[in-house]
Amino acid sequence: MDVANSIDPFIYRLAIFVLAIFVGYYVVWSVTAALHTPLMSVTNAISSVIIVGALIAAGPMEMSFSKILGIVAIGLAAVNIFGGFLVTQRMLSMYKKKQ
Amino acid sequence: MSANLTALAYLIASVLFIMALRGLSSPESARSGNVYGMIGMAIAVVTTVINPNVVSYEWILGALVIGGGIGAFIARRIAMTDMPELVAAFHSLVGLAAVLVAAAAYYNPGAYGIADADGLLKLASRIEMGIGVVIGAITFSGSIIAFGKLKGLVTGNPITFPGQHALNAAMGAVIVVLVILFTIGPDPQWFWAMAVLAFVLGFLLIIPIGGADMPVIVSMLNSYSGWAAAGIGFTLENTALIITGALVGSSGAILSYIMCKAMNRSFISVLLGGFGGDTVVAGTRSDKPVKAGSADDAAFIMKNASSVIIVPGYGMAVAQAQHSVREMGDMLKQHGVKVTYAIHPVAGRMPGHMNVLLAEANVSYDEVFELEGINSDFSNTDVAFVIGANDVTNPAAHEPGSPIAGMPILDVDRARTCLFVKRSLSPGYAGIDNELFYADSTMMLFADAKKMVEDIVKAL
Repeated sequence: MDVANSIDPFIYRLAIFVLAIFVGYYVVWSVTAALHTPLMSVTNAISSVIIVGALIAAGPMEMSFSKILGIVAIGLAAVNIFGGFLVTQRMLSMYKKKQ
Repeated sequence: MSANLTALAYLIASVLFIMALRGLSSPESARSGNVYGMIGMAIAVVTTVINPNVVSYEWILGALVIGGGIGAFIARRIAMTDMPELVAAFHSLVGLAAVLVAAAAYYNPGAYGIADADGLLKLASRIEMGIGVVIGAITFSGSIIAFGKLKGLVTGNPITFPGQHALNAAMGAVIVVLVILFTIGPDPQWFWAMAVLAFVLGFLLIIPIGGADMPVIVSMLNSYSGWAAAGIGFTLENTALIITGALVGSSGAILSYIMCKAMNRSFISVLLGGFGGDTVVAGTRSDKPVKAGSADDAAFIMKNASSVIIVPGYGMAVAQAQHSVREMGDMLKQHGVKVTYAIHPVAGRMPGHMNVLLAEANVSYDEVFELEGINSDFSNTDVAFVIGANDVTNPAAHEPGSPIAGMPILDVDRARTCLFVKRSLSPGYAGIDNELFYADSTMMLFADAKKMVEDIVKAL
């Protein structure tokens, strides 16, 4: 393929990134102020999707510096994922309306 | 699983994350939203684990079980008053994980398919990795300081020294140069130099910021953790990470904006720090007489009122008085008093802090109102009961030239009677006297917040 006429995949990723910022912008403005603390704990949990990068690093059979870093990162991200989602769930279960 | 299927699975996970955030528009939908978030995370993790490059599971499983166990344990045990600390601690973990993942990718780019012909990290990925590492390291160390300040391990007062901003700016410039050097030639010394320097910069950026500015800082670090994840996502060419990073980044940025606006301060002025703490403005302390009352007086006034608005602040969280406050509210309702709660956006140490505490104490969320929703009600309310809040009620905000000029406040001075539960007449975080303490319609209740409310409950 002619290099000059093909779009660098980076541009697609940049497009996804920019559009996701807009999605985030509009979605977060619709979050009620009463739930701003659960918002922070749940964003904490989902930003730990960085665990996917750690899993790939920890995946190979042979032990390496890269694999050790990956394993530690999995542990850290797992604290966040479980802690973040569960504490959010705990908080949300407390928001009640009287009948 | 083909690369296309993997990419589609990541897309589904990203959509579920968006739905998790969307759910937070009301407490009812939030619970299912949180479940969507968990499903999205499970999809992302499983998709990655069944990737043909991931062949060794023992260590992965071990790390997941240990980390997950610690996380679950903390989530179950943490006191709701400690949520700001917990969130700060979680931010630091995201930051550190971002740095570690970047380092892992740097040392083994082949595993991610981002190596060049020489087996080094390819050029296009370097600059993104540099940015991701720097933001991740700043998030990590900045969050540790924020955690320390919230926990009281580090003084909540601003720590400032001459040349602080010049030093930070110089360090920022050096980091930019290091990112460029790393992009040109990805030597390990550049990688670690920028990580370590960004780490130090994170400390320096947060130490001059005072305790009550923490809602802005915690939101800002939330935002940073998202941008760090997005930076790593670009490096690893992973759309789930890019989308999630963008969502979290904009979420934290919006929260920082809301918090700054609620204090009528610019983001820059918060970042430069040095505001508040022990720097009491001399000579403003009034010698005017103060009307002090007892728990019995307060109980009598509120029992005979027709409406009471309770205004909680950080002091309520410190004293863990939320349960007693709810009990007091219930007793008053039995006496036929209309009880509502008014929450200022920056009350407490993180966005929504007071709402969570009241929810924990079983206060129905339809009795809890935000500033705009309730401020006009004070003028036809009998009693404003202020517990542990100060600056957010200070009418000095209406006077130009005051340190808090222009800050939206709860107009508790419009209520017929204003009851202030406070330990002393000491000024609030902004370091200015609150003239409301000396107003004719104000009665000060000098005591520990929890003790006072318990005494009022007894008197009722």
